[in-house]
Amino acid sequence: MTSNEDSYYLPDLSKWPIIAATAIFVTLLGVVFWVNGGSLWLTGVGLIGMAYMFYGWFSVVIEESRSGKYTPKVDRTFRMGMFWFITSEVFFFFCFFGCLFYLRTISLGWLGGEGAMGRSNMLWDDFTAAWPLISLPNGGAGLYTEAKEAMGPMGLPLANTLILLTSGVTLTWSHHGIKSGHRAQQVWGLGLTVMLGVIFLFCQAYEYYHAYVAMGLTLNSGIYGATFYMLTGFHGFHVAMGTLMLFVVFVRLLKGHFTAENHFAFEGVAWYWHFVDVVWLGLYLFVYWL
Amino acid sequence: MSDAITHEAHHHGPPTGAKRWLYSTNHKDIGTMYLIFALIMLFIGGAMAMVIRAELWMPGLQLVQPDFFNNLVTNHALIMVFAVVMPAGVGLANWMIPLMIGAPDMAMPRMNNMSFWLLPPAACMLILSMIVPFFGGGQTVNTGWTLYPPLSIQSGMGMDLLIFTIHILGVSSIMGSINIITTIINMRAPGMTMMKLPMFVWSWFYTALLLIVVMPIFAGGVTMLLFDRHFGTSFFDAAGGGDPVLFQHIFWFFGHPEVYVLLLPSIGVLGMVIPTFARKPLFGYKSLVYGMAALYGLGLIVWAHHQYTIGMSIETTTYFMIGTILISIPVGLMIFNFIFTLWRGSITFETPMLFALGIIVMFSFAGTTGVMLAVVPADLQYHDTYFVVAHFHYALIPGSLFGLYAAVFFWLPKWTGHMYNERLGKIFFWWTTIGFNLTFFPQHFSGLAGMPRRIVDYNMIFTEFNVMSSVGAFIFGLSHLLFLYIIIKTIKGGEKATDEVWEGSSIGCAGLEWTVPSPPPFHTFETAPQVK
Ligand code: HEM
Ligand SMILES: [Cu+2]
Repeated sequence: MTSNEDSYYLPDLSKWPIIAATAIFVTLLGVVFWVNGGSLWLTGVGLIGMAYMFYGWFSVVIEESRSGKYTPKVDRTFRMGMFWFITSEVFFFFCFFGCLFYLRTISLGWLGGEGAMGRSNMLWDDFTAAWPLISLPNGGAGLYTEAKEAMGPMGLPLANTLILLTSGVTLTWSHHGIKSGHRAQQVWGLGLTVMLGVIFLFCQAYEYYHAYVAMGLTLNSGIYGATFYMLTGFHGFHVAMGTLMLFVVFVRLLKGHFTAENHFAFEGVAWYWHFVDVVWLGLYLFVYWL
Repeated sequence: MSDAITHEAHHHGPPTGAKRWLYSTNHKDIGTMYLIFALIMLFIGGAMAMVIRAELWMPGLQLVQPDFFNNLVTNHALIMVFAVVMPAGVGLANWMIPLMIGAPDMAMPRMNNMSFWLLPPAACMLILSMIVPFFGGGQTVNTGWTLYPPLSIQSGMGMDLLIFTIHILGVSSIMGSINIITTIINMRAPGMTMMKLPMFVWSWFYTALLLIVVMPIFAGGVTMLLFDRHFGTSFFDAAGGGDPVLFQHIFWFFGHPEVYVLLLPSIGVLGMVIPTFARKPLFGYKSLVYGMAALYGLGLIVWAHHQYTIGMSIETTTYFMIGTILISIPVGLMIFNFIFTLWRGSITFETPMLFALGIIVMFSFAGTTGVMLAVVPADLQYHDTYFVVAHFHYALIPGSLFGLYAAVFFWLPKWTGHMYNERLGKIFFWWTTIGFNLTFFPQHFSGLAGMPRRIVDYNMIFTEFNVMSSVGAFIFGLSHLLFLYIIIKTIKGGEKATDEVWEGSSIGCAGLEWTVPSPPPFHTFETAPQVK
């Protein structure tokens, strides 16, 4: 085998891709049944399939990486792949932020009767547009129930901001540890990052619980609740994924898989984590604060 | 450069049995699977179109219920866009990009296979979405491919199936795009600089970049739809402070760039075919590369020309009108590049070239009607009439589908090692072109006279135009049996193709793909070639 700068490793037949496709199909078909009043067992089967697939596929990749098959050129492929994947994620969040801006600054005004279109608040005469939108156009009758209050920026959200920012720092600290070969720094840095991720998730779960029970802020309470949960929810989901990936990397770190030169798995996850971090800053600014 | 490729196992023929396809990591096999999938779906989507045209043969209700008619319209469009043109484009990319840039395979062969194997499940879901209403799945999906709420919120289970179809297809095309971009950037043979890339590779570079940007946005939009349907949110409902028009913005922010996703690979094919049969290098290579960049940029900021009638302010509509008209500059530039390539060439008219020339003529119609539609006061009348149907079928059938046909005839000898039957190819071209024009040309007139689209019935005054359309459609549809026959016949045998395949390829589009045998061995470019 040549380990020449330009050589490239091409994998042989693999069963994992088609298992992945099938698992995704089964999972989503299960969700279709579930949202139409069925049970979740098919989704469960699909998710088990996904877990099996991730475990199997990543084991293969780790094995290939450890046996030195990934030359610098392959490494570049992984880096680019991760970069473009994160780019697509950026646009996924861009969609929800775009909606938030559109709803807050454009269409809410129209509902309140503003703009060149004349009185578009004819349906709901006494509606006044305000953000956060607590009193709904239809006065909370029918489909939607009004929240009691909006989510403020202080308290838990602020704590969560600090937690995520700190986790970014610990992660970078750990990365420096890997590059300079300081074992304790690597392990502590990454361990702390995983822990901070978990704490963040707990805080957010508590926040949701509080919002639902004490504040009456639900998915159902009009556009404010909808955008709030959509943005923080998808972000939270990404934090959960990120934490899981960090945890896997942590286990691999403990097993001594990474060298100062060769630790792309670590770096890829770190990029992802920083991306999730930045999204949170946007969230904090536009969802909680302004 | 020395010996470059490491394989897990050092066999050199293709693996045997079903595993070769199910577990494939070979760009040629995966490309073939993509193309076959697209061909199958072309017949399914085409069959739906035949039912639509049979229904519209006469005013009044003939064959299908109104809701089911609209369901056919919806799924016909979704199949043609997502399950025919896009997969076929990716199939071509898979086959040709590694050969053209001198790469041993795609950058991520396993992910490549996953992108493909997501398609059959998605197709199943798409077809299921039509079937469930017959088994108590609630209201049919009668929204059209644009899935506008509030109607899409009222549809039954079929809509959920469509939403997840779109998610799966989105995942597939994002992974495919990541793979293609990475391949183009990272896997080029030494000496193959970006400005030496064949036009087809450039066209896919932009297409993939577009998909990475817009697919996630559409995914977000349909996710909100799902939440509005089932989890009580009010994104698209004014009673909760939302706005149904928001969905239209999301859809078209994706949807307009999407039409370029469909168009660009075929433009890339033209950039290969026309120089070959004009026996002249492509005119204005650089201007085409930059023109596509302009198309990319402008394409992202003109989406609301699909929504002139929603009640935007004058300033906003004016902005979108000017932006849209500006787009005709890069589009026109491409057409002129091709015409100047033809200028004083020694042209021969093999089937791919016939398609290419046909595209230049027929696509120009779409460009012209496009500019008419871009003009706000005019569009207020044209919108949602058959004029729009005529416009986009002139854009999509020549612009995308015929480009793919040109590619199939152009590269089939390379893929199979056999020449197709030239006489049959020419018959197919004329047959399909006549059928296509007979179908869609009259729709310009019925549209201008006010015939609305997506309605099962129509006023008697439109009867003649619709009879013409229906006759044309059956001619067009039938021609594809010949297409199928030609392909199967070529795969089975025929005159041997040379490595160069076409006499003009060394002059017009010299490239690495013509240096490998026809058909190419299972693994090509295991030692990276040196490009001068
Ligand atoms: C010069 C270039 C073009 C211009 C100015 C243009 C303009 C427009 C406008 C203004 C509409 C909206 C009409 C309405 O709904 O009232 C439209 C619709 C459409 N165009 Fe184009 N267009 C151009 C090229 C293309 C190309 C290249 C494609 C595809 C390959 C395309 C595909 C479509 C489709 C699919 C629709 C209809 C979508 C729907 O409502 O379902 N157009 N075009
Ligand atoms: Cu458009």
